[in-house]
Amino acid sequence: MARFLIRRVLTGLLVVWLISVIVFGLFFVAPHNVAQLLLGKFAAQNQQLVQSVTHQLGLDQPIPVQYAHFLWRLLHGDLGYSYYSHQPVTTLIAQAFPVTASLALGAAVIWLVLGVFIGVLSATRPRSLLDRGATLFALAGLSVPTFVLGLLLLFVFFYQLHVAGVDLFPGSGYVPLTTNPGQWAMHLVLPWITLAVATMAVYVRLTRGQLVEVLGEDFIRTARAKGLREGRVVYRHGLRAALIPVVTQFGIDVGTLLGGVIVTEQVFGLNGLGRMSVQAVTNSDEPVIIAVVLLAAVFVVVANIVVDLLYAVLDPRIRLS
Amino acid sequence: MSGDVMLRLDNVVKHFPIRRGALVRRQIGAVRAVDGVSLEVRRGETLGLVGETGCGKSTLARCVTRLQPLTSGTVEFDGRDVSALSRRALRPLRREVQMIFQDPYGALNPRRRVGSIIGDPFAIHGIADGQERKRLVQDLMALVGLNPEHYNRFPADFSGGQRQRIGVARALALRPALVVCDEPVSALDVSIQAQILNLLSDLQQSLGLTYVFIAHDLSVVEHVSDRVAVMYLGRIVELADAGELYARPRHPYSAALLSAASIADLDMADRRERIVLTGDVPSPVAPPAGCHFHPRCPKAQAICVREAPKLVAREGDRSTHRTACHFPVVPGDDLTGGPASVGGAVDGGD
Amino acid sequence: MAAIDLGSLPALPAPPAIEGRGPWQLAWARLRRDRVAVTCAIFIAVLLLVALLAKPISVLAGYSPTDQDRVNGISPDGLPMPPSVHHWLGTDNLGRDLLVRIVYGSQVSLAVGVGAAVVAVLIGVIVGMCAGYLGPAVDSILARLMDVVLSFPFLLFAIALATVAGPSELLEIAVIAFFSWAAVGRIVRGQTLAIREKEYVEAARSLGAGPLRIMLVDVLPNLVAPVIVYTTLLIPVSIVFESTLSYLGVGIIPPTPSWGNMISDAQSYYQVAWWFLLFPGLALILTTLAFNLLGDSVRDALDPRG
Repeated sequence: MARFLIRRVLTGLLVVWLISVIVFGLFFVAPHNVAQLLLGKFAAQNQQLVQSVTHQLGLDQPIPVQYAHFLWRLLHGDLGYSYYSHQPVTTLIAQAFPVTASLALGAAVIWLVLGVFIGVLSATRPRSLLDRGATLFALAGLSVPTFVLGLLLLFVFFYQLHVAGVDLFPGSGYVPLTTNPGQWAMHLVLPWITLAVATMAVYVRLTRGQLVEVLGEDFIRTARAKGLREGRVVYRHGLRAALIPVVTQFGIDVGTLLGGVIVTEQVFGLNGLGRMSVQAVTNSDEPVIIAVVLLAAVFVVVANIVVDLLYAVLDPRIRLS
Repeated sequence: MSGDVMLRLDNVVKHFPIRRGALVRRQIGAVRAVDGVSLEVRRGETLGLVGETGCGKSTLARCVTRLQPLTSGTVEFDGRDVSALSRRALRPLRREVQMIFQDPYGALNPRRRVGSIIGDPFAIHGIADGQERKRLVQDLMALVGLNPEHYNRFPADFSGGQRQRIGVARALALRPALVVCDEPVSALDVSIQAQILNLLSDLQQSLGLTYVFIAHDLSVVEHVSDRVAVMYLGRIVELADAGELYARPRHPYSAALLSAASIADLDMADRRERIVLTGDVPSPVAPPAGCHFHPRCPKAQAICVREAPKLVAREGDRSTHRTACHFPVVPGDDLTGGPASVGGAVDGGD
Repeated sequence: MAAIDLGSLPALPAPPAIEGRGPWQLAWARLRRDRVAVTCAIFIAVLLLVALLAKPISVLAGYSPTDQDRVNGISPDGLPMPPSVHHWLGTDNLGRDLLVRIVYGSQVSLAVGVGAAVVAVLIGVIVGMCAGYLGPAVDSILARLMDVVLSFPFLLFAIALATVAGPSELLEIAVIAFFSWAAVGRIVRGQTLAIREKEYVEAARSLGAGPLRIMLVDVLPNLVAPVIVYTTLLIPVSIVFESTLSYLGVGIIPPTPSWGNMISDAQSYYQVAWWFLLFPGLALILTTLAFNLLGDSVRDALDPRG
């Protein structure tokens, strides 16, 4: 087990490192002048100032040297300062992360519970109206792009209700959990639904597909022959086997989302990691971009490792070597 | 029947390493599938190779046809050493040594048409194209008893026996000299087995083929073979002419196998004694020391643990009958008593 | 009763030769029977036609996608006009006809959607097959590569790349394909690994076939079915991806119409002009749905199960 863990962690580090190299490299492909950016309108007037700032930031040194400096600072926990807002990147991330986390985790709970539930119902009544309806719903969910769904929800539940005099869901913004739990939730309901619907579709299909396959296996037939109640057969025996890929998929999805939910945050004006990263890209705010990308990569890698471990724990047939 | 030597195996060893380790994979052991096999196959004969599942027969077959590299030892075909040749250098060999596989359902690609499958050898070796190839394939189909009109069908349209015929046709396309048959009838119904065996026998006569016939069913092997080798845990324990082996098996393992084989004559079946071997076949990862068979052998003694017996003709046997046993079976032996306790205790002789 | 003289009966016609139906014919027959699949296929065919005939359609309508109709297309307050006899689907905030713009937008979605999916599958299949078949040395490198690509935060990188290189259709195809191939590759690799152990592959090797021939002749035919399914399912994903990029402003930028950037523009106006949001949105949803349903039916046709 330890051997496996070490191997996966090392691979993960390799992956994250590779990504850091690529992100770093990407910036030297793009034509831009950081000092000019920072100095804004002063740059045009004073070339010397531009050069001096460039030198101060170490931007006139060869690329590998800059990378080495970057790596050094990184290992000391220093993520640099935003070119755009001049704030320490770590602060910016600390502010944005709770937003993303609230959005991602809340939606995750919804899609997991509902998705699996509908998937189970669907699998236990194959070809029924419920099944077909669920499949259609799943496919529809997959077919609506997140931003379209988000805007439609805003239109109906924000605007139309507002017109009708009911101000239930706000149009945008975020209220921290610690400040006002009620408002926190209300601001997040529409985003949660937006994010959850699309992913839920995947889980309905996945659960249904897995469960149908498992229920066709011999050991289920044995359980039924033994006289166990159908509910027990499905839930205790069938689901346990069928849910393994679902759980692993869940881990990966959550890990990916924690790195930033770009579209939903954009639509609902939530200042999470996603929105921050989009703004950083359009502003060529290199330190922020690198930091967010690395953070996202780390989440994904960690999620993958956790998922692999979980898989090995849940499925006794898998041996980690 | 005794032609010149076509295939010679000299101390062929094939081990599959078992590796452990996080970063650097160290080898901590090996599956000793083939543990030192020396054999000769003469032109025109059928050499039967029997043994239980896991004794290494299939691995040996793949070593002979060079589908796998050898760990050590040599394989000589027609006097040429083919043990270490690269894939490219082996191509000419492929035209002379072919294999028929066990599983008629797995050995044919379900997505390809039968004509294409049988015509593969012609395509690979650039022998014939287009109409010419089709004609050759249809000739082959007729040769093995299939309807040449079914050229464009898929394997799923054929029965198990027919699929095996397709496999035979494919193997014979290049007119090989040696055909290794890896349990060609084990997956077929008994009634079909006879048909396929007869087909193989007819083909051998008309095409002058040499067979190495691998099986775990003794009665099948007896029917087709000129000579028979018995294999146990990676080693040949006995090698003799077929009739000789079945009449007077000298190795306790052979005797036990034979006693378990089906006999058509029911009276004789009732009368003979069944030698029941206890215990399981040991794992090829850690085979017993000395003679691999000693833990299950009713005649084992101390020397059997120390020294692996060589495959040579024993006292009183013809030179063609070789046995790897320190205490070969003699008439009057009672082998039904279960394994002898070895490690010091000396049972008085036989 | 008199015995029947069999010789005097008319000869029966010879029974028709039994035609074996290969797996492909069976799948095709199943697909044709599936009404949902047929409906979707028709929809997609119509959409394709519309996209190809964009120019003639705009001429028929009397507007180009960039024509700003100041007469009937903008309200006195400078807001979009609802559907009318002049503009069947209404106009956008600059008075441009929505119908024509949606038609032109379909060109983008189909071109990029199908293009990116095809490229991604091509790369994925090649890499996946090589990784699965050519042995552990090649596999470890290629599998790592796929892992790295899959660990990239897709959208962010797509945005970054688009910002660096400037938006264009070709870039969109490249970016989307770049992030999609690894998912296909991973699955293809898994299947290739399984196929590699089959006896018919061993048989091919024993005949003297080289790795390239085996991959093309023995492995690939067994991959065709899943590959077709992935392609049809990857198309809607690519279409959504493209529209998302355009929505975020890094795909196709105005004035060239793309369903994504139209929806982005509509964001500020949906409160007063519901048609501006609804029609492009509907186009997007229906197209994606059609491809998804078709892909599902194709999968069922090729591999029918419980």
